[in-house]
Amino acid sequence: MINYFKDVLGGFYSLLAGMAVTIRYFVKPIVTVQYPRHKIEMTPRYRGYPQLIIDPETHTHRCIACEMCSRICPSQLITLDGTKFPGEKQKRATKYIHEHQYCSLCGLCTEVCPTDALEYSKEYRLAGYRREDAVIDHLVLLQHRQYAVGLPVTPIPTEAEIAAAIAEEAAAKEAKAKAAEKAKAKEAPAEEVKK
Amino acid sequence: MNFLVQTLGTAGATMVVGLIGVMALVAVNALFLIWMERKVSAHMQLRPGPMEVGWHGAIQTIADALKLLGKELITPEEVDRPIFWLAPIVIFLPVLLSFLVIPFSATWIIRDMNVGIVLILAFSTLAVLSILMAGWSSNNKYAVLGAIRSVAQNVAYEIPLLITVMSVILMVGSFKLTDIVAAQERLWFVLVQPVAFILYIICATAETNRAPFDLPEAESELVAGFHTEYSGMRFALFFLAEYTNMFICSALAAVLFLGGWHGPFLPGVVWFLIKVYAIIFLMMWFRWTFPRTRFDQLITFAWKILIPLAFANLLITALVLKLR
Repeated sequence: MINYFKDVLGGFYSLLAGMAVTIRYFVKPIVTVQYPRHKIEMTPRYRGYPQLIIDPETHTHRCIACEMCSRICPSQLITLDGTKFPGEKQKRATKYIHEHQYCSLCGLCTEVCPTDALEYSKEYRLAGYRREDAVIDHLVLLQHRQYAVGLPVTPIPTEAEIAAAIAEEAAAKEAKAKAAEKAKAKEAPAEEVKK
Repeated sequence: MNFLVQTLGTAGATMVVGLIGVMALVAVNALFLIWMERKVSAHMQLRPGPMEVGWHGAIQTIADALKLLGKELITPEEVDRPIFWLAPIVIFLPVLLSFLVIPFSATWIIRDMNVGIVLILAFSTLAVLSILMAGWSSNNKYAVLGAIRSVAQNVAYEIPLLITVMSVILMVGSFKLTDIVAAQERLWFVLVQPVAFILYIICATAETNRAPFDLPEAESELVAGFHTEYSGMRFALFFLAEYTNMFICSALAAVLFLGGWHGPFLPGVVWFLIKVYAIIFLMMWFRWTFPRTRFDQLITFAWKILIPLAFANLLITALVLKLR
């Protein structure tokens, strides 16, 4: 008989304890957000697809098209190309394509980069209708991001410009080689004379 | 109004106007309660709930109802057609009849019958018939199981419900709902009869088939229970009846234990509705707190705990009244 009442009262107390929990949660602030209108800041260590850093000084990317990232990528997803333009010291990327659909976000590309040109983006809306939607052209993406924050957009060199640059470069090289030959030719007779 | 009074007499006019008012109340109440349930459940789970249609999703339910109206009424191949067709209508009959005697305030009552509470309790039992009809005629194992559970549960919980109500009636000495409310002008019966109040709330939750006693429509076990085969507006009628039943059970609790229309400052109707919706909130609070009981636990709880406690409460009430 005592056990019976103990059971009833104990059960009743447990019910009240449960109700206290739910009412506490009822008055707590809401944690979900109305998604398309409000978005959550991703945490600092969130890994989205790697993207080109916008340099705070030059307001453009730092990629020198060394192809380290494309070589270290375990799935070989990065296709890039670069050209040395006349009047510039280093090569500059003219094409940078990342096939993100197979990317495992291992991060080797961001680590290996000698100029620290890559970082993880905070992008999480990666759904697409086709597989090709996941292929990212980083130079185009960079332009979009520059436009979004109001920076001058880095132009992507056209085929003709690249061809012209290559031609000019080749011409310059040839001129240099000729000059070197000439210099050599000049020196050679002098040596013969010595003999 | 004058035309109605001339042709039908005062009682008839009250009846016609009252029934139109009740129809409106049933619809608006269901729309409000569905929205309220979604909001309460959402906030208990730290979500905002419906937010898109109207202010804080206020007319979301109307949008849902319009969608249901546009849906096809599917009648499966081998159902018992007349009964299948009749069940959603039958579930509405007791619901509408119960509103006849509910006193919204001292004057807002359609028919002040001297057997008011007996009428409500008698007709609310009819809802079980409709659930059984729906389950049996659907020719579906889940529907039949839901209906069987519903009948067993409602029969079991009707007994403690009646006995607890009896202890209040003993104190008043009348079946008339207005008399019961008038007797609570000084002191609400919830303070005199706390055990009876708790027992009544438990039984009312079970009678309205709500969690933790929602075995007739246990989603995770029986698809949707007795209304598995119903679609479109027929399903909406079951849904509407469930929420209206909640309103009636809560109204009865307000009348029996919380002093009906009595309260300071505000008019009687407002006080009555505040009390009713407070009890409905309590029932929603139960639903989002407690897990569903097992069937044997459900029946054991009714027969081994609720009925003895209700009898003890009735006995003590009778003794106190006699010896006072």
